[in-house]
Amino acid sequence: MEKKSRTLSIKGRGLTNFEAIMWGFTRLSALGMYALILFSLIGALIMGARNHMNVADVLRWSFMPNVTHVQSTDLESTDAWVTPLWKLTASALLLLATAHGVHGLVVIADDYITGETGRKIVRLISMAMMAGWSLMGLWIIWTS
Amino acid sequence: MGLKRDVSLPMGLRYRGPAGYLTFILHRIGGLGMGVFITLHILASFAGGRLGGALNGIYENWAFQIFIFFCVLFHAINGLRITILDLFPKMLDYQTEAIWVEWAVFIPVYCVAVYVIISTALGG
Repeated sequence: MEKKSRTLSIKGRGLTNFEAIMWGFTRLSALGMYALILFSLIGALIMGARNHMNVADVLRWSFMPNVTHVQSTDLESTDAWVTPLWKLTASALLLLATAHGVHGLVVIADDYITGETGRKIVRLISMAMMAGWSLMGLWIIWTS
Repeated sequence: MGLKRDVSLPMGLRYRGPAGYLTFILHRIGGLGMGVFITLHILASFAGGRLGGALNGIYENWAFQIFIFFCVLFHAINGLRITILDLFPKMLDYQTEAIWVEWAVFIPVYCVAVYVIISTALGG
């Protein structure tokens, strides 16, 4: 085994085809989701999470800052938790997570489905899932 | 054309590798767990009504929360290790050490979450 290839720079790997670009997207979207989750976490602490909810509630809000996730807590009012800022944050998190997750499912499926037709079907299903989950999620976020 | 493999699925499932393998398979289980249950959660919230309420009731169950928190927290913390090491490939030489650091972060965070979930379920 060549040990050298392990330390190949990112440019040296040649991110040219779709799968390689998605490899990069998976990593970068993970960082993006971390940023959005930390933003929601800090926001929750500022808006009173310290006194009115437990750590599981705070995490549930951070991973998806939608107001329905804090309705069962001791908050006196959820007005500050339904602003457009949080709806935009939740939408960004939803779209990143859906793209990251659907691509992840395709990667897993490719490990077991190796025929050309099968992989084509997997990709068609993944496009439908991507569109369906994004639209349903956005509808839920903007109407709740 | 498709790939030719000389390993069957049961054989693949029985394979036990070193440290990196455990995180690989848990990352996959966590990702699949989120894929399946967050899909259900979105569909249930979208459908609403009695069926949606009943499905979302599963999410409020403490046993289920312990499971889904494992999926989410492990996937997030392991994913951060993968991201950091992949974006700075020179650090891949310290993969084993990075996995130990990862467990040192994951175990306390997850234990606190489980403790809070259980004490809340017991009415605390």
